[in-house]
Amino acid sequence: MAINYVNPEFEVIRNPNRCIACRVCERQCSNGVHSFDPETGTMMADETKCVDCQRCVTLCPTRALKIVKNECQLRENANWQQDTIYEIYKQAGSGGVLLSSMGNPKPLPVYWDKILINASQVTNPPIDPLREPMETKVFLGKKPTKPERNPDGSLKTELAPQLELTMPVMFSAMSYGSISYNAHESLARAAEALGICYNTGEGGLHEDFYKYGANTIVQVASGRFGVHEDYLSAGAAIEIKMGQGAKPGIGGHLPGKKIVGDVSRTRMIPEGSDAISPAPHHDIYSIEDLRQLVYSLKEATQYQKPVIVKVAAVHNIAAIASGIARSGADIIAIDGFRGGTGAAPTRIRDNVGIPIELALAAVDQRLRDEGIRNNVSLVVGGSIRSASDVVKAVALGADACYVATAALLALGCHLCRTCHTGNCNWGIATQKPELVKRLNPDIGSQRLINLMTAWRHEIMELMGGMGINSIEALRGNRLMLRGVSLNEKELEILGISHAGE
Amino acid sequence: MLIDVSGLGFSEINTLIRQQGESCHLTGCLSQRFIGAGMSYREITIDGTPGNALGAYLNGGEITVNGNAQDAVGDTMNDGKIIIHGHTGDAVGYAMRGGEIYVRDSAGYRAGIHMKQYKEKRPVMVIGGRTGSFLGEYQAGGLIIVLGLHKDGVPIVGNFPGTGMHGGKLFLRYSDGIKFPAQVNVNEASDEDMAEIMPYITNYCKYFGTDISKLLESKFTVVTPDSKNPYRQMYVNN
Repeated sequence: MAINYVNPEFEVIRNPNRCIACRVCERQCSNGVHSFDPETGTMMADETKCVDCQRCVTLCPTRALKIVKNECQLRENANWQQDTIYEIYKQAGSGGVLLSSMGNPKPLPVYWDKILINASQVTNPPIDPLREPMETKVFLGKKPTKPERNPDGSLKTELAPQLELTMPVMFSAMSYGSISYNAHESLARAAEALGICYNTGEGGLHEDFYKYGANTIVQVASGRFGVHEDYLSAGAAIEIKMGQGAKPGIGGHLPGKKIVGDVSRTRMIPEGSDAISPAPHHDIYSIEDLRQLVYSLKEATQYQKPVIVKVAAVHNIAAIASGIARSGADIIAIDGFRGGTGAAPTRIRDNVGIPIELALAAVDQRLRDEGIRNNVSLVVGGSIRSASDVVKAVALGADACYVATAALLALGCHLCRTCHTGNCNWGIATQKPELVKRLNPDIGSQRLINLMTAWRHEIMELMGGMGINSIEALRGNRLMLRGVSLNEKELEILGISHAGE
Repeated sequence: MLIDVSGLGFSEINTLIRQQGESCHLTGCLSQRFIGAGMSYREITIDGTPGNALGAYLNGGEITVNGNAQDAVGDTMNDGKIIIHGHTGDAVGYAMRGGEIYVRDSAGYRAGIHMKQYKEKRPVMVIGGRTGSFLGEYQAGGLIIVLGLHKDGVPIVGNFPGTGMHGGKLFLRYSDGIKFPAQVNVNEASDEDMAEIMPYITNYCKYFGTDISKLLESKFTVVTPDSKNPYRQMYVNN
């Protein structure tokens, strides 16, 4: 037998004084780490299978368990770090492409953390959101650039279709298949209760969730899974997925073993068949071609719904966005390189794309310079982690934010980054019925509502502090931001001054 | 009822079609896109050359073109029929999941790309002439039949037919000298295979007045994927 060079990443520490051998950990671990030894009457652990999802730790009734980083480490080397060496071992052992999940974990700069928000002092006093009205509602879609009048002098009041949101946050695309039925139900119910939208991703819309249509964005990707007349008509908006922040330039691939039962029915493909979304849309080679897909969707839905074009943040994003803004799209969604995913080649996830903060600032500025900013609304995602990230994004020019990782965390995700195995112990990124039922949609939707309600309060407090009582008045208001520890080029791209200026 | 659509834009045409009830006959069509997009149950006859994305998301009914069609005919089509008395451009039947497309003459690149099927939904595309490269790329289901009745001496299909194919069947009336990718099986069509496509070949001959007995003198080639999980072996968990 070949030697496995990769030592376990984690160590299961079980306090024998506390462990009562109740075997909860064994039943809870879908990876098969824990087992009971009847001879000694004690629990055993196979640490090679542990992914540090913390399920056993959380559910251990006597708090007997800890999962810690394995102290047995390779000799320190700043160039050849342990992860890098283990990746070599894995590839040398298998010949396979490394596959990972969720967002880029590398220590690349997080610009949100280097941007600080203003507050009013003395003049233009702060506003107390508990006492005074504060508007967080946004409308996404094309806006008129100037008032237009009918021949009789009356104002033309017909607007392009708009998405109305009570706060500038939506749940971004996660397909049914990559996440579970209960996760989708939690997102849909929370979106409806909050007056925002969630996004089907490219896996179609389960028949049970058509009733949440007014709060649903339906996605059309290169594989066109589950796309048909009723699906297009069901949502409040249609999103064309050109790219995704976690894996720009490559397609999607849901393995056949996850195409079971309802997932197969919702995607409208046979059970067990791989769901392959090719990297490109093979009918789109230009902005003109994109325009064709945008208008074919508008024609098919009779101009009732805004069309979103989602792209990954990449090097020439400003020019790309300028093209999209001229394609007839109503909304551009840009996904930064820290965005999550259910599965992506490690090398792509960790090395392709650019930070959303820089992409957003560049795009907003470019569209303003070209006088086409009102052609589209801008939605940004790719690791929006908190209300302050939202406020900073809006001040940099976003109309709204997409959040997904934060939403999954609210549902119990512990970011163990092994979604691609399909063994999610928290019932989120799995299709195994015994695991899916661990996520209760009553509780899940309530936790999402709680999170977003809290963020909305925080957004209002941050706005109030700046003396701003409407989120619309914050959009693109970069005077409200200052940078710290940023070089001149970074400040120039972000369009903000350094703290102290 | 005859409607002259020359000079009209695509939105006006689709609005007119929706006002016509179950059938209409357009004349003077010249490159207007999206005709019939997202429609169902209607019978639409078009004289002239409709533009790109004819019958996109079509969900039933029948579109007949007396002339050539352009790119992306029947994009993401779910049901219905499209019959083209002429040639068609690139990406015909992109991701179609149901319904039937009949093209009397030849098709461009990427015909039937990512065609799929689901239960009773099994799309069929019959091309009378030849097709360009990448025929049936990523094909995940359905039937693509190429008859090779063209007379310009060009091969029946261009390069790379069936690349990334992981479902469905691809039929060529002859395949001498055609190079196929490694992940497909290429065989002479069996009697069962022929029985499967016979209704559609019969339809083709009926629509376009072709002699079926001459067609059947040739031995058809059938191309099928050798795995429906073509990417499974490529990855290692990290």
